[in-house]
Amino acid sequence: MTGHDHDHDHEPITNGGEPLAAARVRALAGVLVEKGVLTREDLRRRMDWLVSRSPSDGARLVARAWVDPEFKQRLLADAREAALELDLDPGPSPVVVALENTEDVHHMVVCTLCSCYPKALLGPPPDWYKSLPYRSRAVSDPRGVLREFGVELGDDVDVRVVDSTADIRYLVIPCRPAGSEAMPEGELAPLVTRDSMIGVGQPVVASGPSPGR
Amino acid sequence: MTYAVGQRVRVSARSHEGHHRTPGYVKGQAGTISRVHAAYPNPETRAYGATGLPEQQLYLIALASDTKNHVYVDVFGHWLEEAK
Repeated sequence: MTGHDHDHDHEPITNGGEPLAAARVRALAGVLVEKGVLTREDLRRRMDWLVSRSPSDGARLVARAWVDPEFKQRLLADAREAALELDLDPGPSPVVVALENTEDVHHMVVCTLCSCYPKALLGPPPDWYKSLPYRSRAVSDPRGVLREFGVELGDDVDVRVVDSTADIRYLVIPCRPAGSEAMPEGELAPLVTRDSMIGVGQPVVASGPSPGR
Repeated sequence: MTYAVGQRVRVSARSHEGHHRTPGYVKGQAGTISRVHAAYPNPETRAYGATGLPEQQLYLIALASDTKNHVYVDVFGHWLEEAK
């Protein structure tokens, strides 16, 4: 190894070996391009689109639903149309279904088979969402999982875990937090976190100044 | 066979060689139709290069539960059976 000459011993510091999955994806992409199924440009556009998506889009839908009951009904009836109404890009996913949390019912979303997620409205899923512990425990011990995320629900609250195993993507409309009654839509949207739209968090009104302001 | 919201069903306990979207933990479970989604191409054939036609009706099933914890899961109609 060049340029590394000092008086202690350790293995060379590298980025580590390429994970097997990455090698497989690279090989698969190579074959698909070679066979003309897709182009490098298609792949790049798709990746650029995915990383350009963000939970702030979903948050705009939720904030509007909090202040406009008729919009909330349209969001519950057809989330794709509601997204288009706000000039948001609902993406290629055919159907997004919005689930409303109330004082009595709390929804949380999982994909026990893989990582199905409303990427167009929330961006790429967090790593934990794709992890085996979350995927298995969400359905076997939802309240335990929620507690670990800091969500304590009363014994009388119905917890509904929704397993998105097929073509539908689910987006949770969390409860509007106490203390936000006088806040306008533009101040509500930043309260709507990614986790609250997966159903493992609850929006809160910060008591101090919020970060990034 | 199609099902309506509120109808009681059971998820087939059959095994299936190859790709399918019915998780093992729901097989054999009783439940109720909660939502009737649209019909979608069948992932069991589409995964192998076929068209997935005919499309299969997709349902959201509320699995039976005697606690305040409930699991809802999307299951294709050809995995459902009538339950008494």
